[in-house]
Amino acid sequence: MIGWFRQLRRAGILGMNERNARFIMLHNQRRNYPLVDDKLITKKRAQEAGIHVPALYGVVEIEHQIRDLPTMLGAREDFVIKPAHGSGGNGIMVITDRQRDNFRLANGVLVGIEEVGHHISNILSGMHSLGGQPDQAMIEQRVLFDPLFEHVSYNGVPDIRTVVFKGVPVMAMVRLPTRRSGGKANLHQGALGVGLDMGTGLTTTAVLKERFVDEHPDTGNPIAGLQIPEWDKLLELAARCYHLADLGYLGVDVVLDRHEGPMVLELNARPGLSIQLANRRSLLKRLEQVEALDEIPADPRARVAITKELFARNNPPTPQAVPP
Amino acid sequence: MNKLHLRLLAVILLLIGGGATWYKMTALGLPITADSTTQIWTVEARISFQADGGPSQVNFNIPHNPPGFNVLSEDYVSGQYGLARDRDGDNRVAMWTARRASGNQALYYRIQLADDRDSDIDLNSPAPAYPEVPDYPEPFGSAARALLSDVREESADIASFTRRLLLRYNADDPGENVQVLRSGVEGSTAHVNNLIDILAGARIPARAVQILILRDRMRRASLDTFLEVHNGSEWIPLNPVTAERGYPSNVLVWKRGAEQPLTVSGGSGADIEFAAARTIREMVSVAEQRAAQRGASMLMDFSLFSLPVQAQNTYRLLLLVPIGALMMVILRNVVGIATFGTFMPILIALAFRETELAWGIFLFTTVVAFGLAIRFYLENLKLLLVPRLAAVLIVVVLLMAVFSILSHKLGLERGLSIALFPMVILAMTIERMSLVWEEHGAGQAIRQGLGSLVVAILAYLVMFQPQVGHMVFVFPELLLVVLAVVLLLGRYTGYRLMELWRFRHLIMDRKGQ
Repeated sequence: MIGWFRQLRRAGILGMNERNARFIMLHNQRRNYPLVDDKLITKKRAQEAGIHVPALYGVVEIEHQIRDLPTMLGAREDFVIKPAHGSGGNGIMVITDRQRDNFRLANGVLVGIEEVGHHISNILSGMHSLGGQPDQAMIEQRVLFDPLFEHVSYNGVPDIRTVVFKGVPVMAMVRLPTRRSGGKANLHQGALGVGLDMGTGLTTTAVLKERFVDEHPDTGNPIAGLQIPEWDKLLELAARCYHLADLGYLGVDVVLDRHEGPMVLELNARPGLSIQLANRRSLLKRLEQVEALDEIPADPRARVAITKELFARNNPPTPQAVPP
Repeated sequence: MNKLHLRLLAVILLLIGGGATWYKMTALGLPITADSTTQIWTVEARISFQADGGPSQVNFNIPHNPPGFNVLSEDYVSGQYGLARDRDGDNRVAMWTARRASGNQALYYRIQLADDRDSDIDLNSPAPAYPEVPDYPEPFGSAARALLSDVREESADIASFTRRLLLRYNADDPGENVQVLRSGVEGSTAHVNNLIDILAGARIPARAVQILILRDRMRRASLDTFLEVHNGSEWIPLNPVTAERGYPSNVLVWKRGAEQPLTVSGGSGADIEFAAARTIREMVSVAEQRAAQRGASMLMDFSLFSLPVQAQNTYRLLLLVPIGALMMVILRNVVGIATFGTFMPILIALAFRETELAWGIFLFTTVVAFGLAIRFYLENLKLLLVPRLAAVLIVVVLLMAVFSILSHKLGLERGLSIALFPMVILAMTIERMSLVWEEHGAGQAIRQGLGSLVVAILAYLVMFQPQVGHMVFVFPELLLVVLAVVLLLGRYTGYRLMELWRFRHLIMDRKGQ
């Protein structure tokens, strides 16, 4: 047992206690949490800063407004309803299509407007929010995800999680929904985590529920070696998010839209630790490298340069292709 | 600096908590184990005499720091008499005085004593002068000198000398010398005085000690005599007949010196009778009384024992909650078990106390399982959050009632204790579990549910160890130690045990490379 402790320590794996005590509590001011926990605020601030986010169609704040839903939706064919204070991708309803008064969900099921209204009502009552407090429902643009991931994801929207420490992107992974995760891009629920080469934006190793894998469990396609388009732009976007909430230890979730490129979906003040499994790399060592820097430049581009200089070479070996 | 601050705080808390506990343990004699009892002797002396009608004064020696005992309380039943107490050398004396008294008089003195083998034996009074060798009459003189020189051959120091002397003096077939020495001496007191006289021939300081041999429910007992010799540094008690050293546990030293313990002026026919009874009492209450007697009662006055019994029982339970909280901190932050709600398992563990473990687990799982089934049904009705929670709560209460009735009908009285489950907590647990079930899958929900149950069981097992309950109740300052540990764990940045499992592939991966 002690031996395992030492090995983890030597491997530089960041544990939950250490993450909380040394990074979150030290670098994330409590009063800044609402800026990321409330996605409406995040979106507004991002728009002001010129950071690309999915467009906001409308906000439902009180039960009464649900009646006006048809007016609010107008003739929109596709949209996403999500709680402003949601966590872990819960409570998100994706409408992909519309047939007059019926809406098609991401899994193909048709639902009526009452069902949509009930979902919003649930959101308002706080069912999906942190701590169960009353919430608001956001209706926003549906991201048409880049065909890049078409062969390695099952339903849902794959996103790219980047951990940004003091404004410097330190580690990133792609989160691919699986059948098991029910289309959600959440590793705890069974989504696939794929490590990224910080220098090139190429996918490397992958993890599924703590186990290392090389192929997508549903589609069977190999995961390694995919190139994230506009990688430098994505890193810069992540680095710029540091200024949105002044959180030293931040998770930035970015989606790639087919037409509009990388967009920031949400920020996270307590990004998880599985990114280490996806990358098979120590987060702690990278964080310490950034901690050791004398000065962090104010220019996001200069910070991306630091990322490339420090972490580009530190990559896991590309997995061997498994012979058929 | 932050870390130093925390450590200093923890050390201070540890010192205060540990120090107070240690003081109460050693100085006040509070017991460390739950069921320690001690025997308490209640000894009563009844003084009776016939008063002349004029002023009368009664002087009566009472025990002073009796070795082997702790004095818990003393009572005097004095009637019309005024009472004063005074020291008289190694003894204490109670003086009753009345201006006019006639007829039969009765005075009582009662003392409560707790067994205390390690009480400081007060035998260090100033060393007496060496007695002069007495002018023995003959043939006593030559017999005594012969005996003394015989005994001197066989002994090393004053204690062994006296022992040999006593053995020779009390031997079954005494020699000629001893027969001479013993002749004409009757009664234990006279023998002791005789022995003191003989010991003076060897210039050994000796004195008679009047003792009471305690027997349960004895009545009309009288004092006996022991012998003490001084070896230059302390008085050594010896049984004048068996020559055994030290006072047995049932011997109460009443008075040092051979003089009558009772003198009455203005009266006649004075008599003392002793009675004694033994009771068994809890160490805790004895310690409490002792602390009051010693004037160190501050700590005890502000202890939980000063509360009414009802409140005491509440605190016996409440003080266990911090122990449960400590368990939670360890199991969640060091082991890393996921549970529903931070402190829910502790409340469940508290409920387990009433239901007992096996029944508790059964009842808990049953209620949660039924509740979950109902909750899934309610999901179809698309209710809003608060009404849905209320509905689950109502169903939980109904379930509990039905369960109680059913188990009562079946004659399983244990089933009634389900009423002690925290129903609001159960309702919240069911709601949270159903959400986790829906959002993270059945596996996750059952895992967290089992985690909560395991934590509750472990917390129960630790919290309701009789020893643990006793310690926190008798030494509540131990909670400062618990607080210190919790504060220190608050900065624990090491891995959780579960993380070893979570990241196991990374370790194996490294090994493989």
